[in-house]
Amino acid sequence: MKTERMLTTPEIGTDPVLPPGTRGPRGWSRIRRIPALMAGGVMLLLLILLAVFIPWISPFDPTAQDLSSFLQPPSAEHWLGTDQLGRDLFTRLIYAARTDLGIMVLAEIIPFCSGIAIGLLAGYYGGWVNTIVSLVTDTFIAFPFYLIVIIVAFASGAGAKGIYITFVLVGWIVFARVSRGLAASLREQEWIASAQTLGLPGWRILLRHLLPNILPQAVVVLMTDMVGVLVAIVTLGYLGIGIAPPTPDWGTMIADGQSFMTTAWWLSAVPGFAVVYTGIALSLLGDGLADLWRRKS
Amino acid sequence: MTQTLRKARREAGFPSSLRWLGMALLRALIVILCVTTAVFFLIRIVPGDPAKMILGEYATDESIAALRHTLGLDLSLWEQFVRFVRTLFTQGDTGHSIVSDVSVRQLISDRAPVTLLLIAMAAVLAVFVSLILAVAAATNKDKLIDHLIRIFPAITLGMPVFWVGLLLILLFGVRLHWFPVGGVREGWAGMLYSLTLPAITVAFSQIPTLVRSLRAQMLEVLESDFVVTLRAAAIPRRVILFKHVLRNSALPTLMLLGVNLSYMIGGTLVVEQVFGIKGIGSLLFTSISSRDFPVIQGIALYCAVAVVVIGLLVEIFAWWLDPRTKEKR
Repeated sequence: MKTERMLTTPEIGTDPVLPPGTRGPRGWSRIRRIPALMAGGVMLLLLILLAVFIPWISPFDPTAQDLSSFLQPPSAEHWLGTDQLGRDLFTRLIYAARTDLGIMVLAEIIPFCSGIAIGLLAGYYGGWVNTIVSLVTDTFIAFPFYLIVIIVAFASGAGAKGIYITFVLVGWIVFARVSRGLAASLREQEWIASAQTLGLPGWRILLRHLLPNILPQAVVVLMTDMVGVLVAIVTLGYLGIGIAPPTPDWGTMIADGQSFMTTAWWLSAVPGFAVVYTGIALSLLGDGLADLWRRKS
Repeated sequence: MTQTLRKARREAGFPSSLRWLGMALLRALIVILCVTTAVFFLIRIVPGDPAKMILGEYATDESIAALRHTLGLDLSLWEQFVRFVRTLFTQGDTGHSIVSDVSVRQLISDRAPVTLLLIAMAAVLAVFVSLILAVAAATNKDKLIDHLIRIFPAITLGMPVFWVGLLLILLFGVRLHWFPVGGVREGWAGMLYSLTLPAITVAFSQIPTLVRSLRAQMLEVLESDFVVTLRAAAIPRRVILFKHVLRNSALPTLMLLGVNLSYMIGGTLVVEQVFGIKGIGSLLFTSISSRDFPVIQGIALYCAVAVVVIGLLVEIFAWWLDPRTKEKR
């Protein structure tokens, strides 16, 4: 067993969880050694802190209009200038982080859980469950992602509710695919076979033995998938079928700024950079977590 | 191939060529049937009455009932489904537009050429740039250029495609005046010229994934035994790269492009909106704002069927190209 594990390249999730005490350096010192994890974590933490404390940082209201000072360039008072309605761009940018990141996290909870559950069942039991799940995923994948997101979000009504419904319907597929593949390959392993021979019930094998081994990989996928969800939320906002104004949202901010491209280009550019910043933070975090769990096993 | 070897292969679970082709076709057919069913239920799974949504909150009960009758929503679900499938298979259509009373198929085929050209341009561009970047990264493994190319996907992952389009308009349209800010010009040359920026935008969203997989693919080939042998035989590096490594990477690129096609179509619909191109994307959005359900259904259906059919063609083409599958025939 030991030599076998050394010969095969270790991948996260394919090894049984080791008993505590055999994992090498633990906790903080282990995290500190992975630059991607540190950088991603710090970047995300900074954004979250800003979003939480923005009412104390900025004296401006994100929705109050001040038409006497519209389209101002960046200054000491307005760090990123003001938009066409005289609202402080920096304040709106951070309040939009509250809206968009909040919806992003909430929209992923149900798909994450249901996707893993469906994938585990399909991968472990195989047979007709697997056939049906793969048929459903193939059907969903045939639809261009943005097409189905746009149609469902529109049909279920603009705003956060539409976004949640959309991702409950389409978001689980990514997680189902990943966990199905892992569960199917784990099923062939000896320690699962011995658990079956011991007469453990199916639910116990699924929850206590397969799930802990699938979760790390699923969380890594979750990080990159959240970037996709964020971009989708912003795109819907841009197209006018996402978050409705005046609630600050990066997508509607980009759309509003589009008319002022020639005079105040930063109105559209800056919210986009906020999305890119969040995307970099999340994918660094994902890479770092993958690295962390790969080293562990 | 000898008879015994073929038998051994069959027993080991390798499908014969005809069987493989049959299975692939059957699978595609089943997925198309599922897609059709999904499109039918698309406007029915979401809460609310489509007729009410089309007419808005101030509609009278009579007008809602009338529209429900025109749309066939007053029939039972089963009858509706039979009607939907019948029009689809007899006329290849999802009905008539509520707004203009033109057949959906007609509306879509009017708008399709621009969108298809845009997708084709983006695909060619994406493959071309990805190949160059992947070769640069793979041949300079762990050097600066490789690291830069590997960081690239992490940065571009979070870039909304419409925002990239806006920045390109700002730089090349508004500032440098190299390309038009939007719209499509007349004639072939005009079309190609005005679709350049949109195509770059769509390609940009595809390049990171393509580069990442291509680089891995090339490294695998570069480190394989046959390339080591070629190197030992003192064959020039350039010859190895272009004749052997690139040729071996062509197939995976094609497969990847087939898989990503679905994302490219979705991205194209959004990009059309940014550049004001009158293609399928703008048809989708005008239909959405006028709540023209049959047109929305039609677009969803045609896109999904196109994805399945092209995916199947790519699969068959790759299987036909790959010399390893030839043995099985």
